[in-house]
Amino acid sequence: MVTLLNTVEDKVAREVCRQYGDRPEELLEIFHTVQAQSGYISDEAIRTIAHALNRSRAEIHGVASFYHDYKREPGAKKTLKICRAEACQANGSDQLIEEAEQMFGTKLDAKAKDVKLEATYCLGNCALGPAVMVDEALYGRVDAKRLEMIAKKHGAKQKGAAS
Amino acid sequence: MSVKVYVPCDAAALSMGADEVAGAIAKQGGSDVQIIRNGSRGMLWLEPLVEVETPKGRVAYGPVGEDDVASLFAADFLSGEDHPLGHGVTEEIPYFAKQERLTFARVGITDPLSLSDYEAHDGLAGLKKALKMKPSEIVAQVKESGLRGRGGAGFPTGIKWETALAQTEPQKYLCCNADEGDSGTFADRMLMEGDPFCLIEGMIIGARAIGADTGYIYLRSEYPHAIKTMRRAIHIMEDAGWLGDDIQGSGTNFHLSVRVGAGAYICGEESSMLESLEGKRGQVKVKPPIPAIKGLFNKPTIVNNVLSLASVPIILDKGGAFYKDYGQGRSLGTQPFQLAGDIKQGGLVEKAFGVTLRELVEDFGGGTYSGKPVRAVQAGGPLGAYLAPDQFDVEMDYEKLAEAGGMMGHGGLVVFNDTVDMAKMARYAMEFCEIESCGKCTPCRVGSVRGKETIEKIMDGENVKDNLALIDELCDLMTDSSLCAMGGLTAMPVQSAIKLFPEDFTERSK
Repeated sequence: MVTLLNTVEDKVAREVCRQYGDRPEELLEIFHTVQAQSGYISDEAIRTIAHALNRSRAEIHGVASFYHDYKREPGAKKTLKICRAEACQANGSDQLIEEAEQMFGTKLDAKAKDVKLEATYCLGNCALGPAVMVDEALYGRVDAKRLEMIAKKHGAKQKGAAS
Repeated sequence: MSVKVYVPCDAAALSMGADEVAGAIAKQGGSDVQIIRNGSRGMLWLEPLVEVETPKGRVAYGPVGEDDVASLFAADFLSGEDHPLGHGVTEEIPYFAKQERLTFARVGITDPLSLSDYEAHDGLAGLKKALKMKPSEIVAQVKESGLRGRGGAGFPTGIKWETALAQTEPQKYLCCNADEGDSGTFADRMLMEGDPFCLIEGMIIGARAIGADTGYIYLRSEYPHAIKTMRRAIHIMEDAGWLGDDIQGSGTNFHLSVRVGAGAYICGEESSMLESLEGKRGQVKVKPPIPAIKGLFNKPTIVNNVLSLASVPIILDKGGAFYKDYGQGRSLGTQPFQLAGDIKQGGLVEKAFGVTLRELVEDFGGGTYSGKPVRAVQAGGPLGAYLAPDQFDVEMDYEKLAEAGGMMGHGGLVVFNDTVDMAKMARYAMEFCEIESCGKCTPCRVGSVRGKETIEKIMDGENVKDNLALIDELCDLMTDSSLCAMGGLTAMPVQSAIKLFPEDFTERSK
């Protein structure tokens, strides 16, 4: 049975590796593409990529675990990235994080089903902090009121809101 | 005849609703307006900054919200008429007029993805000259300009290029470090979103100078807009024959692509970035060998920051002597400073080296956004020192800033008001190092954790004197024995915070 499990191939990962010519130096791009399609990088994907690139699973896992961007398990429906680097702290990102935790009933960087609040370190919007990013949309001068608007726009469910 | 209306597509402008504003203007203006999505002028507190082309020049309005559009039309802003949000002719706004824009000469003025617009504003002039020059002549111009690496280390770009040119290995690489992770910096992003062809032009010149046929732009994933713009710009340059084989019949081959980072701050360190480009963990490597001799895939590789490469076209166009006329001492040319944090007029200020910190924070920046007094400025990113207001007369160049205990870094300035808790900031510096350490060397990997714990003890009032001595010792150790700047410079914000603001550490009420 173990052998059988080890041969389970992740179709998405296999196809993505092929797109990148099975070249090991494209590993970061391969991970980005797999994650964009599957939402995270599964054990099966790691195994499939290792096989395709002719690398050990340990090496592939090692790369995936090194970078903050890559998720090894399914994430929340929506992820709100809140910047907590110095420039945003200078504009009160700590307070915004507290308010967001209340608003969504979760903690920063905690696992979540609906809305995950993720700390990020600089979105390059340092003159207009605090900055927030949802998917690829960037927001500046975010306070509790604007955060509510952002949540609504991106369909991020607030605590106690009807589903 | 439709009137040209400029609405920036820069990410900072988008973050304040520029897309919605552009949509509203297009809707109400119909065929009367032609909307051009330009880069940002860098006056970020006015974003979205809408500009209208008039006979007296481009007239600015900002910050424009979606709801302001109707009143702008009512005031006939299409003729440049007055409005409460009006600022007159953009180029006469003191913040903009007082700058010396060389690297950012076109940013905010042109449509970033219009090659004809680019050429009409002196684009490609440097490259056209370079394609007729020998590699050694290009290197000589860059050396003469005095250009130093704008990423933070400040190493002379020309000398780096000379080393790579001297290598006989046929395969060489040119990599652009666009992993702008320092908090308080956004100049790379603004340039890539506002004038991507300038970076590409600089890279082609660099590739010809050192003999590289392949190039990469390592761009952080936190910049999705810059990634899209750069990729589109590369395609446009390829289609126009400015990238690829035998560029414009010059015999120079250069193939360029964007590689997206994955949220690791350490990949801004060049050896770590090269590992990442090879598809590996972004771990720092021991130098020597330096990348110019053995870099990407063990081949001679030049790694330059976005701003260094984007300064090359104007140096080749106007000559090294022109460029080094700006600046002072050993810091020649201009530096795009970035005003960030709690600042009233945040944005990008390109000035010759030698401008004082006070001019930047008070004259350009106008003090804090919150209206509270300035207590500290962190210069040079998360690894840079804090400076107190009595040090603000320091002239901003590499050497003078270092004498004052500071660091130029990538030119970012983060302003804090008087409510800042400097012990908390010192703790954060250690925490950031803990989160972002690559783990290769012990002083950084373990030192940051111990440092954070010890500052927490100080914050709790536990053996404050002894723990402060311990922190000082730990900082010295991290400085002396870390492999790269991550662990090596984390002491700067920590020690400067303790030195300048001891009361935040010793007189804490629990």
